Amino acid sequence: MKVAYWPGCVSRGFTAELHGSMAAVAPMLDIELVELDRANCCGAGVIAEHSQELADTLNARTFALAQQEITKGADLMMNICSTCQGAQSECQQRLDASAEYRAQVNETLSDEGLEYQDGIINKNFLWVLVEEIGLDKLKTLVKQPLTDLRVGPFYGCYIVRPTDRLDINRAQPRDEYLGQVIETLGGTVIDYAGSHKCCGFPIITMNKEASLEQAGRHLGDAVDAEADCLVTPCPLCHLNLDLQQPMASKQVGRELNMPVLHLPQLVGLALGLSPKELGLQHHVVKPTSVIDWSQAVVGGVSGW
Amino acid sequence: MAEFKLKIRRYDPESGAAPYWDEHTVDLEPHRSVLEGILQARNEKDGSIGVRCSCRAAICGSCGVRVNGKPGLACHTHLDDALASAGEDGVIEVEPMGNMPIIKDLIVDMDAVHWKKIQRVTPWLIGKEPVPEREYIVSRESMIDVTQSMACIQCGACVSDCLSMEVDPLFVGPAALAKTYRFVGDPRDAAHEQRLKDLSEDKHGIYDCTHCFKCIEACPKGVAPMNQIMRLRRIAGNDFHIKDRNNGERHEMAFVNNIEKNGILHEADLLPDSYGGKFHPRAVPELIASLPIVVTALLRRKMTPGKALLHPHKAPDGVKRIFEIVEGREERTEFNLYISGTDADNAPNAEVAEAIEATEPAAVAPDGTEGSSA
Repeated sequence: MKVAYWPGCVSRGFTAELHGSMAAVAPMLDIELVELDRANCCGAGVIAEHSQELADTLNARTFALAQQEITKGADLMMNICSTCQGAQSECQQRLDASAEYRAQVNETLSDEGLEYQDGIINKNFLWVLVEEIGLDKLKTLVKQPLTDLRVGPFYGCYIVRPTDRLDINRAQPRDEYLGQVIETLGGTVIDYAGSHKCCGFPIITMNKEASLEQAGRHLGDAVDAEADCLVTPCPLCHLNLDLQQPMASKQVGRELNMPVLHLPQLVGLALGLSPKELGLQHHVVKPTSVIDWSQAVVGGVSGW
Repeated sequence: MAEFKLKIRRYDPESGAAPYWDEHTVDLEPHRSVLEGILQARNEKDGSIGVRCSCRAAICGSCGVRVNGKPGLACHTHLDDALASAGEDGVIEVEPMGNMPIIKDLIVDMDAVHWKKIQRVTPWLIGKEPVPEREYIVSRESMIDVTQSMACIQCGACVSDCLSMEVDPLFVGPAALAKTYRFVGDPRDAAHEQRLKDLSEDKHGIYDCTHCFKCIEACPKGVAPMNQIMRLRRIAGNDFHIKDRNNGERHEMAFVNNIEKNGILHEADLLPDSYGGKFHPRAVPELIASLPIVVTALLRRKMTPGKALLHPHKAPDGVKRIFEIVEGREERTEFNLYISGTDADNAPNAEVAEAIEATEPAAVAPDGTEGSSA
């Protein structure tokens, strides 16, 4: 399949290994990425708290650019960031609700010759994996099952709430997809208190203690549940859970050492890519347990 | 009638015993509420089950509980829906709300948390002086604007699940901040700026919310407290230019300006700018504190000095134009779905129109034959 691909900002900035690992994994899943390199930041909810219309117009611009690719044959728009998914869905909900409002936004876009038509399909890589590629297909592609790897899911608020806006329901349990993917890849899903909670990142500059307390508590819960690592579809969560983990550890007064993987990295490992190809060496918390696991399995396969 | 299994969380702090689960089977019509299930268990099986309720019609806000882990009103949750969201064992779990101390079983101490926070925000109208001789005249639009926050029935479901409050019990919280908007959005109130200044300067005020959407999901009345908090931030920053000491407004403006300049987020600038700029006295200690992280990130080649210091990405002209037009408007456009509804909701008799369309004779083609455009 071919997707109009919005990588987001942080995945090309402080978590460049996310964008890199997505690019490495996509061909193995038969996904052709057409990168929207002229598109802009989704606003991460912060621009919307400054001006809703500004956030809506910026995202309408990204959608319009994606729709140009969809006209040229892409199946849908894909993102790799929970926050992009949530912030863009929020804007899309308003844009799709009213033709009058959409006309006002499109008037602003018209200088650039762009127009957003309602009803774009924009899915996070996690949703694409389960809904477009399918778990059965994914299973057939696994070369190195994550046997005995204990993985805790960490979704990020923006991809699980509010459920009605994100079309999460019993028929489409998008808030359970990470667990389903971990299982399909052969790993063990760890149930712990923090999986659907907030990483604390949005208030890191406003109330640092509370922000790090959130990250530290969830990581600690995962340690207590004996997880080997966490996996997240959100690079902003990754910043607070991995980059800030030494500070979070100080805040909660306990050792954490919990590796946090980006979703394409976990998929890539199971599809047979090496930790290095997936950029795991760039993490602040060294994913030793994960790498030990993958090398042990590689060792097993080659017979020593 | 049908049988439902209820697992109720029991706890009596005065007894000194640990909390435990208590299972009862009740026999009720599936469309009956979880509250009726609890009351049947109490009336017929165990009179000591503690539960608070009054109206049984989702308007008094007394019976807030967690059903299968999700907060809501016990009287507003059907047994069949609760069963559908129950675990594989088919048992409906009922627990007291979170973030508040338990008095007994399902009854939490609303006074200790929820009502204290409501009182914190001066929950009454501070009238303008001089008092008019007759009534205050308020436009219809202004009152409609505050109806969403007025819909709150003080059940505490949002407080129960607030993730900021979970780590920072001093956070003013979703219910009290939604209540604040009820007055900040009311043109008769004389203290908009004072209220906002107070809650911006409070470290546990409007800028302590993490956008986790838990309160929006929890609210049984569609108040969407988080959206009201974002409206408070918009008014505090844009209308009153309140530069709070928690960097809330600075962070917001640093982000907005960052995107205007770069099109995509340049994180290396965002942190110092959120504290007032790289050389601001407020920023220096923060930057020094984050040095170990920066060094680790550099060592792991998570970021390179070039990427951190240079700005390889410039905002396309289209993005700059959007900022110019939208930021240049005299009034902010705010599209509130709760008030405006969608086009589909607003279509005049949408269902009737569809029914009419279906029964209308097929269009007559120019050559006089009936049929489709093919």
